[in-house]
Amino acid sequence: MSVIRTNGPSSLRADLNIIAGMITPGARVLDVGCGDGELLDLLARKRNVDGRGIELSQEGVNACVTRGLSVIQGDADTDLRDYPDDAFDYVILSQTIQATWEPREVLTQMRRIARHSIVSLPNFGHWRVRLQLLLGGRMPVTKELGHSWYDTPNIHLCTLYDFVDLAHEAGFRIDEALSVTGSTSQPIGTVGRRANLFAELAVFSMSRQS
Amino acid sequence: MSETSQKDHPAQPDIKATRAKMTFGPGEPLTLDCGVQLAPFTIAYETYGTLNADKSNVVLVCHALTLDHHAASQNPVTGKPGWWNSIIGPGLPLDTDRFFIVCQNVIGSCMGTTGPKEINPRTGTAYGLNFPVITIADMVRAQAMCLEQLGIRDLFCVIGGSMGGMQVLQWASAYPERVFSAIPMATAARHSAQNIAFHEVGRQAIMADADWRMGDYIAAGVTPSKGLAVARMAAHITYLSEPALHRKFGRNLQDREKVTFGFDADFQVESYLRYQGSSFVDRFDANSYLYITRAMDYFDLAADHGGVLANAFRNTKTRFCLFSFSSDWLFPTSDNRQIVHALNAAAANVSFVEIETDKGHDAFLLDEPELFATLNGFIGSAARQRGLA
Repeated sequence: MSVIRTNGPSSLRADLNIIAGMITPGARVLDVGCGDGELLDLLARKRNVDGRGIELSQEGVNACVTRGLSVIQGDADTDLRDYPDDAFDYVILSQTIQATWEPREVLTQMRRIARHSIVSLPNFGHWRVRLQLLLGGRMPVTKELGHSWYDTPNIHLCTLYDFVDLAHEAGFRIDEALSVTGSTSQPIGTVGRRANLFAELAVFSMSRQS
Repeated sequence: MSETSQKDHPAQPDIKATRAKMTFGPGEPLTLDCGVQLAPFTIAYETYGTLNADKSNVVLVCHALTLDHHAASQNPVTGKPGWWNSIIGPGLPLDTDRFFIVCQNVIGSCMGTTGPKEINPRTGTAYGLNFPVITIADMVRAQAMCLEQLGIRDLFCVIGGSMGGMQVLQWASAYPERVFSAIPMATAARHSAQNIAFHEVGRQAIMADADWRMGDYIAAGVTPSKGLAVARMAAHITYLSEPALHRKFGRNLQDREKVTFGFDADFQVESYLRYQGSSFVDRFDANSYLYITRAMDYFDLAADHGGVLANAFRNTKTRFCLFSFSSDWLFPTSDNRQIVHALNAAAANVSFVEIETDKGHDAFLLDEPELFATLNGFIGSAARQRGLA
């Protein structure tokens, strides 16, 4: 199990709007873990992209195809290998990396198939998460990470520090990073102590390190 | 080439339908994969809806093994409604108010298109086993010739299930620039060993019937009904699923309180299969069954492209949407997914939907609301892209 959204798509998630703003109009885009197609639909309408999606749940796939999107049932861990090099301008992994079996391999494949990669993820370094573990002595359950330890699909949680390290290891240069807290977002120059403590979510726009 | 039409046949109400035949003369042969130039030959077909001015609204419907061109009109042999009445019609996914839909009986079949039961002009008797072996590619080539005579080059969509899906894949591979969108359903890019095995059982049943007469049963005035019925019974099981059979029949007995300790059709499922077998022989030619099953067995799109399926779709601009059905064990989801993997490797525009159903392979012919919704979504979006909305 890997391509799973942590939040239910009620209104458009804050990170999706931010991601949409990072995409050049008309680009070829692959949304990995596209859910019911919210972001792809937005990108098709507002950014006129040539969009494709991969989604684990058949329910999500069928919802996407019903709304006219090009989506296949598939798995981030296994199915990115099929695509040829440079098949896309952007590949998006929104709030999915923490649910993959091999985050490093997923990032490596993303780097191969698209020039730019956009990743959003919940921050396990957020102060509320730290506080719950420190003072409560139990595995944290928060708005972004709403599952109990025994039923969570989020098997590879990390802090923003951890992610930045892995991104560099996988050969990425981070072009832009934004922290999201509640409904407000702000650019992070370099991920520092403050962002790692106060960002509930973060969105990274990255390209290949040459 | 000559054309004959009858317009006074019972189609669905509200559909503008035409039933016709097109004959290609001795100078216009069909070049077959086996090397034979087949001439003359006739294609029986039906059309629904109206061709638009720039001929951009054509949908080609490809039929399965034992089906025919009566996709949305009453079958003249069985009197049954069209086999895709649930999909073709005003306001339906294949909307006859928007699209011009063509369905042709495949070459080798027995519903009006030239096949082994037709007269061989060289001998004056039915072809029988003198009919050349045909392939899926031959079927598609014949369809293209017929369409060209109708003045149609480009297809907005090619759609079909099972063997129809094989034709869709062949179309998309052989004529990529002519196919705007392709919908292969419940199909495979190559016939599996298990499916070849089932076909062989069917063929052996036909050939074991003494009335088959080495294929010359028409001249002898007989039909290998028993063999063909057994072939159909075996095949019919593969079109269903264990849960569907169990739901429908269980171990229920047929018009009796207890088993008879004999070989009558004690069980309802036996009685049902016997009925399926015996009604099939009234509408289908045994030799056609041999030829068309062979065409499916020979289908292997990857083998035709250096062993790499993705090469069959290199640089394709066609928009694909594949459908599989969760309980289909004849063309399982894994077979369909293999095509999806190849299309991804070719960076093609592809959607893939698995419909959750217990109805087995035949689900593509049945009323499945989710199939309806997703098909509508894909076709609607493709139509907008093509400027047909």
